[in-house]
Amino acid sequence: MTASVATRTEVAAKAVDVWKIYGTGEAQVHALGGVSVELEKGHFTAIMGPSGSGKSTLMHCLAGLDAVSRGEVYIGDSKITGLSDRGLTNLRRTKVGFIFQQFNLLPTLTAEENILLPLSISGRKPDQAWFDTVIETVGLRDRLKHRPSQLSGGQQQRVACARALVSRPEVIFADEPTGNLDSRSGAEVLSFLRNSVRDFGQTIVMVTHDPNAASYADRVIFLADGHIVDELHAPTADAVLDRLKRLDKAV
Amino acid sequence: MLRATLKSLLARKLRLILSTLAVVLSVMFVSGSLVLTDTLGRTFDNVFSNIYSYTDVQVSAKSETADAASGNSSAILPVPASDVARIEKIDGVRKATGSVFVSGARVIGKNGKVVISQSGQFGGSWTGEDELTKLISGRAPSAPDEIVINNGLAKQAKFAVGDPVDIIARAEARKTYKVVGIMQYAGNRDSMAGETTVLFTEATAQQVMLGETDVFNVIDVKGKDGVTDNQLRDNIKAALGPKYTVQTGDELSKASSEAIRGLLKYFNYFFLGFGTIALLVGVFLILNTFSIIVSQRTQELALLRAMGASRWQIIRSVLIEALLIGTVGSLFGFLVGMGLGAAGASAFTSLAKMDSAGLGLPVAAIVTSFTIGILVTMISAVLPAIKAARVAPIAAMRDAATTDKPLTGITIGGGVVTAVGVGSLSWGLAGAGDATLLLVFGGVLLTLIGVALLAPLISRPLVAGLGSVFSWSVPGKLGRRNSSRNPRRTAITAGAVMVGIAIITMISTIFSSLSTAIGESVEKDLQADLIVYGQQTSDVPPIIQPDELKQIKALPQLQTVASVTYDVVSLNGKQDFVLAYDDVPAVITVLKLHPVAGRIDHIDSGEFTVDEKTAKERKYTVGSTIQVTFAKGQTKTLTLVGITNSTSNGNGVVVSNTDAQAGFTFPQPIQALVKAKDGVAVDDAKAAVEGVLKNNPEVSVQTKKELVGSSQQQFDVALVIVQVLLFIALGISVLGVINTLLLSVIERTRELGMLRAIGLRRRQTWSMVTIESVVITLFGTVLGLVVGAGLGAATVTALKSVIGFGAVTLPWGYMIAYIIGAVIVGAVAGLIPAIRAVRLNVLNAIAYE
Ligand SMILES: Nc1ncnc2c1ncn2[C@@H]1O[C@H](COP(=O)(O)OP(=O)(O)O)[C@@H](O)[C@H]1O
Ligand SMILES: [Mg+2]
Repeated sequence: MTASVATRTEVAAKAVDVWKIYGTGEAQVHALGGVSVELEKGHFTAIMGPSGSGKSTLMHCLAGLDAVSRGEVYIGDSKITGLSDRGLTNLRRTKVGFIFQQFNLLPTLTAEENILLPLSISGRKPDQAWFDTVIETVGLRDRLKHRPSQLSGGQQQRVACARALVSRPEVIFADEPTGNLDSRSGAEVLSFLRNSVRDFGQTIVMVTHDPNAASYADRVIFLADGHIVDELHAPTADAVLDRLKRLDKAV
Repeated sequence: MLRATLKSLLARKLRLILSTLAVVLSVMFVSGSLVLTDTLGRTFDNVFSNIYSYTDVQVSAKSETADAASGNSSAILPVPASDVARIEKIDGVRKATGSVFVSGARVIGKNGKVVISQSGQFGGSWTGEDELTKLISGRAPSAPDEIVINNGLAKQAKFAVGDPVDIIARAEARKTYKVVGIMQYAGNRDSMAGETTVLFTEATAQQVMLGETDVFNVIDVKGKDGVTDNQLRDNIKAALGPKYTVQTGDELSKASSEAIRGLLKYFNYFFLGFGTIALLVGVFLILNTFSIIVSQRTQELALLRAMGASRWQIIRSVLIEALLIGTVGSLFGFLVGMGLGAAGASAFTSLAKMDSAGLGLPVAAIVTSFTIGILVTMISAVLPAIKAARVAPIAAMRDAATTDKPLTGITIGGGVVTAVGVGSLSWGLAGAGDATLLLVFGGVLLTLIGVALLAPLISRPLVAGLGSVFSWSVPGKLGRRNSSRNPRRTAITAGAVMVGIAIITMISTIFSSLSTAIGESVEKDLQADLIVYGQQTSDVPPIIQPDELKQIKALPQLQTVASVTYDVVSLNGKQDFVLAYDDVPAVITVLKLHPVAGRIDHIDSGEFTVDEKTAKERKYTVGSTIQVTFAKGQTKTLTLVGITNSTSNGNGVVVSNTDAQAGFTFPQPIQALVKAKDGVAVDDAKAAVEGVLKNNPEVSVQTKKELVGSSQQQFDVALVIVQVLLFIALGISVLGVINTLLLSVIERTRELGMLRAIGLRRRQTWSMVTIESVVITLFGTVLGLVVGAGLGAATVTALKSVIGFGAVTLPWGYMIAYIIGAVIVGAVAGLIPAIRAVRLNVLNAIAYE
């Protein structure tokens, strides 16, 4: 029992034989076809694969945003499959953080208010020291009173990162966080994500199709047609590109 | 291009329904009132042409004080019975029948109360069965105390042949008669138009209805074969001279229904007024909807532009959408209005016990409904269409974030329009003769539009202020921020709410000021403890019988009893009310009169007094003379002997009691002002007076306090009616709130998805949307309260010189009720959008296309 708890605490999120089927009959799409994966705590995992391979679907299922057709999903040591909306909302409040491709900040709130929004929504007090650390890390100290419309794309995405970090979730899910950014801003955001994994032990799962972005991760999982087909540890951009090319040929 | 327009129109069904509903509700009022008045008009036409269908020519005495044809009884003059024989000798006359038929026979029902009939309480002479009347049971009256009644009255008051019936006749105190017969009109009608009719023997009718012997008030003339009615009329006219009114049956029926149609016209104005308000609110709503549609479709429009669509094509596509919505909305509005008009007409005719003429399809209603509905929709869509055409093709490539445009232009425009409105209003209120109504109405309208234009500017501080009430919770804060996100949109939405609230508040302010003023002035000007009078239910005023007055005067509990009577006369050629007092010194005491000029302590025959204000208006000074023609026909020259102070109770020309007794239709007292002796409790005095009046079912005794209460009550009732109608206008503006929020929720789909993804609960989402809705509604309400109270106060102040009250009393109770109402309405309006926001699929919302 103790042993199993010990092993489980190492896993931040886990999918067990997860299927996701859209539509019925002729139009049926197997977006995920029996995916099992464990994402270790304190790791930066990238999910890669060609467009339509099921990356976003897997992430949504892992994050409890979407219900699975079959199989089970765990966040930490609790099963989230079958939870009610209330349960899922609680999960999102305490255990999960999100970073979207489009920055998804509230235009009516300042950067600071946006960052603190998850905490205020659930009525929690921010930990001032942690808040300061996060702000220092993302380098937004002098932009806190600005509205999203007054910030550049990279700055907005860093606000979104800070927002995900500030509630110290068990896992942060990021879907193409650099998809809308130029390479310099993208690199800033990626190194910030990697630093928060290295320095604070944050778990991050990131969906991307950019080999360069994937090279910031500790581990890369390759998806094709709803199946995990390969994986790489401590990847370099070239290695990732190489694998992708091989995958493309195989498909 | 047309196909693209139609497709996008159909794709957004809810939006379509909401904006169409606005047109429907606005048009509904217009078509409803036109259909209602058309149906009632034709119903009355039928009634009168039935009544006069068997009349060739009718002769009556000409009255100077009123139009005999309108059936106004205060004008009824007797003609000597000998005229019948005179007329029969005229060329072309086959038969002349003199009869008595006037209103003022008040039948007392089995419950001791007067049988009420809005169509008249007639008393007349039985002239035998003819084409128009026939007995259905019993027999003709032959003894002085025998009567025949119409079947309508028999049914209404449950009288049967043989029953004793008490009647207060026009010229006779309460007396008991016996029903010997019941009659019906041609076509088995129980009544012509719901009136009650009592027919006495000829001699009794002359005595109790006209107060004289050997007189009639109408002579019915039948022509010989081959003589046309017009010929007959001209012959009689020539023979009788100018002192008689001679009219054919057709003329009588036309004159009577014209008089009624004149009244119906006011009915029409009233409802069309509400229609205008509803339309105004509708304009805001339609304008708002189209603006939102256009800004939502910015990318789509830009794409069309990028693909080569011209500006004009874009404008046309928006206008076609407006045309379709306008047409469909007008159609439904017209149909619903027709239904409401028909329902109203049938309610009216069944209440008045008349046969409805049936529903017509007045061309005017169709044309007006469609013209107004379509025009208003298209005009409201012009601005958004121009905005749509300004969309640059490049916008297709950009994120369609709404940029905050400066409010300078709209604010300057709003300022100018408000200034013009206020100017026109004050000009109108200062008195501009015939143009007054137009200036006031236009001024109110322009002020409302101007303030609506200023609303975006005002919305910033005001919405922030209102919203801070809700800022204690996160959803509250978010909702408040959302409501000030797009000041223009918030302002237009709130503007629609403002119009309704402003008009209600304006009317409430005027009414409550009036009500307070009446209460205060009664308190101030009236020394009397008790007032004896009756609620007038027909054209014959309830009368205190002279011997009842005598008994009241003899009561030991009372100190002063003064009686008042009044009548319509022709004063220097114009219709006017004049008063007369039986005991001038007593009236001076109870009304607190004092002389301003001349003497006022007694008025002799040939003299009159007047109050200061009336004297000033008409430029009378002591010694001035007036020509008065009394209802009974005699003309006298009266000299002004004294001027009194003006009070709230007895202003105008006061003639001597002697002249009143000789000339008034009803010289009996209509009102008595009573002061109790010192030391006698008001309630004891009241009980004593009530004892005297126990047999008079028409008049009652009120204490001063009760009088104030009952006169204020009338305003309350009127106010409630106005409010109910205006709430429909508010209903339309609520549609606007729903529309705006729904569209905002759709616009913010991604944002809502993100909020839900980071942990916003459904309940919190709900309160966020609800608070936005409440804040917008509250903003409109507060704006409306301020503008309405301002307009009301301006009107009251301006009316000071005209009506004599100038203190503004704000209807705080109502105003607070409106605010509470606004919160509820806002929450309800937020329901559909909130449900939509709550149901939002988080995944779809954040999924990136
Ligand atoms: N809501 C949906 N309905 C039907 N099919 C869907 C839906 N969402 C995704 N899919 C399908 O599932 C597959 C995987 O999609 P997705 O996870 O978005 O791919 P990726 O993010 O790797 O590009 C695709 O074939 C896509 O068409
Ligand atoms: Mg994807």
